[in-house]
Amino acid sequence: MRIKKRLDWFIMMNNIFLILVAAVCVLPMIHILAISLSSSAIAATGTVTFWPKEFSLTSYEFVAQRKAFWDSMLISLQRIALGGAINVLLATTIAYPLSKEKKDFSLRAFYAWAFFITMIFGAGLIPTYMLVKELGLIDSVWALILPGAVPVFSVIVLLNFFRQTPKELSESAFMDGAGHWRTLWSIYIPISMPAIATILLFSLVGHWNSWFDGLIYMNNPSNYPLQSYMQTVVVQKSFTTLTPEEAKVMAKISDKTLKSAQIFLGALPIICAYPFLQKYFVKGMVLGSVKG
Amino acid sequence: MIELNIKKLKRELPLNLMILPGFIFIILFSYVPMAGIIIAFQRFIPAKRLFGDQQWVGLKNFKYVMSLPNFDNILWNTFYIASLKVILGLVVPIVIALLLNEMKHVLLKRSIQTAIYLPHFLSWVVLGGIFIDILSPTNGLVNTLLNKLGLNSIFFLGDNKWFPYTMILTDTWKDFGYGTIIYLAALTGINPNLYEAAQMDGANRWKQTIHISLPGIQMVIVLLMVLSLGNLLNAGFDQIFNMYSPMVYESGDILDTFVYRIGLLDAQFGVATAVGLFKSVIALILVSTSYYFAYKFADYRIF
Repeated sequence: MRIKKRLDWFIMMNNIFLILVAAVCVLPMIHILAISLSSSAIAATGTVTFWPKEFSLTSYEFVAQRKAFWDSMLISLQRIALGGAINVLLATTIAYPLSKEKKDFSLRAFYAWAFFITMIFGAGLIPTYMLVKELGLIDSVWALILPGAVPVFSVIVLLNFFRQTPKELSESAFMDGAGHWRTLWSIYIPISMPAIATILLFSLVGHWNSWFDGLIYMNNPSNYPLQSYMQTVVVQKSFTTLTPEEAKVMAKISDKTLKSAQIFLGALPIICAYPFLQKYFVKGMVLGSVKG
Repeated sequence: MIELNIKKLKRELPLNLMILPGFIFIILFSYVPMAGIIIAFQRFIPAKRLFGDQQWVGLKNFKYVMSLPNFDNILWNTFYIASLKVILGLVVPIVIALLLNEMKHVLLKRSIQTAIYLPHFLSWVVLGGIFIDILSPTNGLVNTLLNKLGLNSIFFLGDNKWFPYTMILTDTWKDFGYGTIIYLAALTGINPNLYEAAQMDGANRWKQTIHISLPGIQMVIVLLMVLSLGNLLNAGFDQIFNMYSPMVYESGDILDTFVYRIGLLDAQFGVATAVGLFKSVIALILVSTSYYFAYKFADYRIF
């Protein structure tokens, strides 16, 4: 009886502790949302915690009118669409041949090493930057897509998935006279949809969250994707993208509420996609990182 | 024999064609930049182009970097911040996963998991913006709380005493949920009969953790520990770049931020490439060693 009571005590403390841990993870986001929805005067005093005070949408109205914000949003959308498609296409066409055994694909080891080496050795920032520059990609959306076109981690996830596909399926397809392309298209891809969804999400989130490449490869700030734009506005506090009229309005709104609104909007797509992310990431990650 | 080979080649041709576009991409965007490392041995002038007629200077760029008074400091910051991140990044997820595993309430357990993975998916631009706000010394959330408790405000992002630990803690905060998933998956794979048998023998919760749970996830722990060896020089460019300032260069400047500043801001391409190469070579040794051990001890294979 005494032991039982002590166990309940543990469970209670454990529950409280873990709820606190979870709260620490989400409260910063809630705080930012609360500030963005408060009036600028009260936000500046630092008394807003997790619920808006003097509810106001002024900051969001201001952001909604900012052309630079929407332009960069468009570039981000273009980037995730093109980047996601290219990443998935290349991951599939690399993973399929590599999933074959040596007797079916003589050069397998050569290619596997070629891709593996890129995982363990990188040329570093400057040579990559110079190459992108020499290729004339500066200020083009392709500078954000082509250097990372081959997602090696996704290749590994997909490769493991392909390997688990029963051999009988592809063998019977070959019996029927189908070639590799057809087998990939009509057998492997339909069966691997969960894995493909996983790597697509990997790549969409990666492209959405990238900011540094935009910062260095775009000379003209009007070509920034959203996260690079946010980096300059929120972190560097640079207002070079501000028009004179906007600067006037800015004087009336506190910097704090405006920043918070933009931070929240930048995170919003991820929060909306989060249920899917959670579902697929857990699967893909466990598959990719600890397959033993 | 030759006929057989031709047949084999013909059969394998589609596989070669299929992998070709990806192969061309890594040649162009991974291997050509590797060749571009020659910049480290040149007095590089961008107008004369990459692989152009540049002046060769031997090891001068490396000697210059080594002679910089703050280079040792940058190297130490990188290693110090990265290794503490690696240690916390291993320990915290194991502890949280073990505690979550004890939780009986399914819905609550799932809600907590949902909450702790969330920060992992947000960029350091977003999170940097948030932390700059809540750690602000004037009216940030954290300092307001500290003041209410009767403590003095701390300038987390502007004080060299605090900056590295702020980086380490906020990074652990962002990513521990991600590591927790793996350990939880391993914990659910443990045979429940083992716990029942232990309870029969009178083992308490602590004994069960020590003798069943931990040994049950031992392989995963070893594997992740070994793989994290490769991160000993990754102090986290994205994070530090978005939260540091000249005030905390002394304690927070790392190799990657240094390369960015001397390379792209000061346009000393040769020197920056030399520092980058220095880091890449050490990283190569660390990562290869970690993969080798992972392969040896956990039979871990990548391809």
